[in-house]
Amino acid sequence: METKPDLNIDRSVGDFHYDVDYEFDAGTGLTEKTIDYISDVKEDPDWIREFRKEALRKFNSMPMPTHWASHDLENIVFDNIRYYLSQGTQPKRSWDDVPEDVKRTFERLGIPEQERKFLAGVEAQFDSEAAYSNIKAAVGEQGVIFVGSTEGLQKHPEIFKKWFGKVIPTGDNKFSALNSAVFSGGSFIYIPPGVKVKHPLQAYFRINAENFGQFERTLIIADEGSEVMYMEGCTAPKFETSTLHSAVVELVALKGAKIQYITVQNWSANVFNLVTKRGLAHEEAEIKWIDCNIGSRLTMKYPGVIMKGRKARGEVISIALAGDGQHQDTGAKMVHAADETTSNIVSKSISIGKGRSTYRGLVQIGRHLKGCKNNTECDALLINTDSRTDTYPAITVRGKENACQHEASVSKISAEQIFYMQQRGISEGAAMSLAVNGFVNDLVQQFPMEYSVELKRLIDLEMEGSVG
Amino acid sequence: MTTLMEKPAAAPSAWPAWFQAEQSAALAEYEKLPVPVRKDESWRFANLKALDLSAFVDANPVASEGRLINASTGLKETAAKLILGNNALLHREAGLLPKGVILETLESAAANHTELFKKYFMAQPVELGSRKYAALHKARVAAGAFLYVPANTSVELPIELFQWVEGANASVFPHTLIVCGENSRVTVVDYFKSADQLPAFACGVNDLHLARGAKLTYISVQDWSRETTAFHLNSTIVDREATATALIANFGGAFIRGESLSRLVGEGSRSEMYSINPVEGTREIDQRTLQDHVAPNATSDLLYLNALDDKSRTIFAGLIKVQPGAKGTDAYQKVKNLILSDDADPNSMPGLEILNDEVRCSHGATNGPISADELFYMEARGIPADKARRLIVNGFFNSLLTHIENDPLRLHLEGLLAARLAIG
Repeated sequence: METKPDLNIDRSVGDFHYDVDYEFDAGTGLTEKTIDYISDVKEDPDWIREFRKEALRKFNSMPMPTHWASHDLENIVFDNIRYYLSQGTQPKRSWDDVPEDVKRTFERLGIPEQERKFLAGVEAQFDSEAAYSNIKAAVGEQGVIFVGSTEGLQKHPEIFKKWFGKVIPTGDNKFSALNSAVFSGGSFIYIPPGVKVKHPLQAYFRINAENFGQFERTLIIADEGSEVMYMEGCTAPKFETSTLHSAVVELVALKGAKIQYITVQNWSANVFNLVTKRGLAHEEAEIKWIDCNIGSRLTMKYPGVIMKGRKARGEVISIALAGDGQHQDTGAKMVHAADETTSNIVSKSISIGKGRSTYRGLVQIGRHLKGCKNNTECDALLINTDSRTDTYPAITVRGKENACQHEASVSKISAEQIFYMQQRGISEGAAMSLAVNGFVNDLVQQFPMEYSVELKRLIDLEMEGSVG
Repeated sequence: MTTLMEKPAAAPSAWPAWFQAEQSAALAEYEKLPVPVRKDESWRFANLKALDLSAFVDANPVASEGRLINASTGLKETAAKLILGNNALLHREAGLLPKGVILETLESAAANHTELFKKYFMAQPVELGSRKYAALHKARVAAGAFLYVPANTSVELPIELFQWVEGANASVFPHTLIVCGENSRVTVVDYFKSADQLPAFACGVNDLHLARGAKLTYISVQDWSRETTAFHLNSTIVDREATATALIANFGGAFIRGESLSRLVGEGSRSEMYSINPVEGTREIDQRTLQDHVAPNATSDLLYLNALDDKSRTIFAGLIKVQPGAKGTDAYQKVKNLILSDDADPNSMPGLEILNDEVRCSHGATNGPISADELFYMEARGIPADKARRLIVNGFFNSLLTHIENDPLRLHLEGLLAARLAIG
């Protein structure tokens, strides 16, 4: 069956923008002066200012990783980007206090409504700074801290400094160095020992301005025996020029703690989304990344877990949908550094039209470790003849008491399947949509209910006159 | 079996002038190309210390010719035999070859069959990282084996090639070029052997060309000394409905870099790529492969087995590439690492690049130890643990040898494997 389905994935939800007056604007281009401007506005302590400048030096000295990564990276013009835009550095605690021009954006995206319905806390970032940040009183009373990175740094320096930059060093890669130089916004979360946060905490990242770079920095520390689920969403309007989003997210799960980090990435198709995410799991701790990439022009993101303590567990569940002109370069890193650590990677990608999805993985099990196990499964679905998928895993598993298996498969939607559904009166478009949803269904079920509904809606494929 | 001894038509080590000019250009290219660095994706995880070739020298003519010829034993029955040592022909038997089959040194083929030589000699670009070493090979190659099987010709018994190195730090440049005409059939066993347990350097190329409907079984038994550094750069080009089966057994070498490219250029072609790699001590086997599906409805099947003991290392980096026009591709790639020691270091990078949606493609990589149950079963029957381990490793590799259809050849390979694993 030769089909040329006209697949329209609904990426339009976030495609709008309002003119906003910014109080602070670091201008375009990146020099030491940009850093000083940001540090002045944010009233950074001296060690952070120096940390940023050192990171800028590293960023400038590191080459683009195009010896393995997409050459599309060369199209990022760092001199044309605006590195800091805000209406002030202090987020509001009540939606009533959020300036009207920013508030209507989040209302249109449905954030206040979701907060009322099922969230334990929300942070809403608009360009460089959080416009709104609040947690439910009951959660705050348990000692949970959920603030922006600036506030975390200023009000909780003893916890912040201990872990900041420790999971992902500045020089980990060129874009983590860039983030370290100009970071602003993102969340700082601390969960005290034994506290299990019942409802998810959510952050919403919104890019509103053209030629803008968003560099949020998130640090989550789950103390012994605690549990937390964090969800992030993101959107941006579709500008003619490219936009850069380069976040660094560090998770620390202390003994017996559990962190689930859920991302639904729906950037517009002009966004370079280059994100470094890594978690450090101590003894018997569990870190789970659920990573769903639907938007952006180029995403490069490989969430990782370093299993540092005995019986720690790491998991990455990844769904990527690459439409025409999109490249979803995603994957996972699992570093086993203690006995009896286990990890699981399940990746499903769908390439549509000329879309390209790439899985890159790294699995390391050190020698002299015992009882470590990794399981990796990568499945790719190709919708059209010129769709593309790549798989590039790297596996180093040492030690004779460890085991690892990796499997990948590539398939297309079978003509029989579509025919069967059409026979029963389902249109070809709806049949394709059902088949794609079926392909990712077992993963989507791992999402919290509200997100799985959202995700199904995003993957809702509309096809008309598709038989060619 | 014939004992007829024939002298080659041309004097050894005597290339035509036009090829000597190409060799000078290749030498210049070798000198110009940079030494690979870790940052090169095709050298990821590689041990670059092995690329220091400064200790190696030109090989002298073989001193113990008679001993090497006598030691060049393989199958009981063969159609022909070519024995080369230190870049020169030592011995040739070709009595049972059907009419029209050419088996001689590359040098004489360049002079006597210039058209064929020019069409097929190193005709494929080196794509898996070792361009520099392919240039070195071309600059220094002498003798080598050239086999041409004309259309509709079957060579019933296998042909054996022996390529020897002798002397401390000697450098050899083995080359095997096999051209199979339409609907021809042939089996070749290529042995790489050291006369002594000394350090040496081998930089070899072997290219297999299969025309429409041809069937080639090519076995490489690499048994260099445990102190040899060797490059083996292979390419296989398979045309319509032809089937290539290539098995590489890496028994020897201190550092082996193998690059195997299989390009399926004709519809309905098939390429089987197998490798068995027992490694121990500090030996290291670095293998890079490419299954390049250009034509539609072609099949490729890759299975590489590594058993790693002591502080040995393996690197497997494989790629299945399905080009936009290659619909109906059926491609399979699997590497299995059996880990026998805590210090062993296996690295696997099984990759896919799929540019067509009508494909069946899968790959897999597994790492695991010997099953404790299997070991217990044998020990309970009085088999000492060490021997039980070797039997299990033998069984692990034997599972792959079942892909070899020719019975005497499979039994011979099983014997070589058992000897290599000291099972008796």
